[in-house]
Amino acid sequence: MDSTVSTGTEDSVWGGGNRPLGASYGKMMMWFFLMSDALTFSGFLVAYGFSRFKFIELWPIADEVFTHVPFFHGNFPMYYVAFMTFILIMSSVTMVLAVDAGHKMKQNKVVIYMFLTIIGGAIFVGSQAWEWATFIKGDYGALETNSGRILQFVDAETGERAALADFAATIPDVRQEHVESEGIWYYGDASMPSYSLNEVVEGFKATPNILIRTEYLNEEGEKTLLDRKQSLAKILEANQVVEGANLIHNEYGSRLFADFFFFITGFHGFHVFSGVVINVIIFFNVILGTYERRGHYEMVEKVGLYWHFVDLVWVFVFTFFYLV
Amino acid sequence: MAHEHKLAIFRGLVKFKSNTQKIWGVLIFLTIVTTIEVAFGIIKPRALTHSYFLGMKLLNWIFIILTLVKAYYIAWDFMHLRDEKTPFRRVIVWTPIFLVCYLIFILLFEADYIYNVYTDGFITWDF
Repeated sequence: MDSTVSTGTEDSVWGGGNRPLGASYGKMMMWFFLMSDALTFSGFLVAYGFSRFKFIELWPIADEVFTHVPFFHGNFPMYYVAFMTFILIMSSVTMVLAVDAGHKMKQNKVVIYMFLTIIGGAIFVGSQAWEWATFIKGDYGALETNSGRILQFVDAETGERAALADFAATIPDVRQEHVESEGIWYYGDASMPSYSLNEVVEGFKATPNILIRTEYLNEEGEKTLLDRKQSLAKILEANQVVEGANLIHNEYGSRLFADFFFFITGFHGFHVFSGVVINVIIFFNVILGTYERRGHYEMVEKVGLYWHFVDLVWVFVFTFFYLV
Repeated sequence: MAHEHKLAIFRGLVKFKSNTQKIWGVLIFLTIVTTIEVAFGIIKPRALTHSYFLGMKLLNWIFIILTLVKAYYIAWDFMHLRDEKTPFRRVIVWTPIFLVCYLIFILLFEADYIYNVYTDGFITWDF
């Protein structure tokens, strides 16, 4: 295949255009880049495993964290992530079909398949943004203890999780959010939770059917539920209200879970985003007929490798964040 | 660019007529595997969550093995590793596998040690 520009030095070994192991320079370098990128992702995922094994008995249960589907109310563990996985595999398929059409020099088919790939990538990135927003916003709210452990609440009668709004008392409080107009050396204030610690504690004491759930997993692999007496003792350890998740606090459990979630899915999402951008560039090159004039579509094959790699990484992220 | 494709998967058990057909075939296979994973993740059969192998639940072993199966077919058929020359393929595949296995071994053992220190050592960290 004529992938090289003729320079008149092809007869020389050092004249360029050699294809060791049957792979062109560009393709081989793409593979070597993907190898190093794979090691980076492996480093992150193994670091996640490290933190998880360190706190093996109190790690959050993914099924209880990611339970939402856009436009639907209710408890749907995993469904949406499964949908996202399918979208990404599907866009991988359209990408490989584009590569295949490129081999056959069918410009119009490459355009269509590249377009579908870009759409799939955009849906995936959008879904991930939604997933982040839901995770950051939080579900039920929780208390954090002095040592940074999380106390969640359960309705004793139904066995379902109880939101802070279900039982928190209303107590006029002097605590106000600090605003810029009030301060000389104003750097900002953490946003106020919907309920103060005092309101949650008093409301808890006044509502006998609310129990505390700790982070610890019992033998059934479920979170340990304290009885009313233990709960009343445990709530004294709380020192703040946590709603949603960020890099410092996490109402779902161990804060390391949130840290790694943001970091790894963020890094992967960044890869998807850059993949979409590169795909768009190549898409326009295909439309303009660049590769038609060049005589081959190897560029499509190279971005294809990158795009499949993104899918490959997601397969592992999906397993280690959502399934295991 | 390798124009000729190897069209058999599952060690020659399934043979496709064209590359396009093979792509759709692999998609169907990957979808089935993902569906099985999600179904297991939702049902969580008791037989699999209460039996252990090498300190890990059988269910988790199934997830990890199915993940590796999926990774294999993505790399071999979508990324065309099946059509690359054998030495090139081995360089790409075995180098990261070796390094990642080492990393997993060393970090998970260390984490387990720290867990034991937290559990049995004279440290209070939940108060």
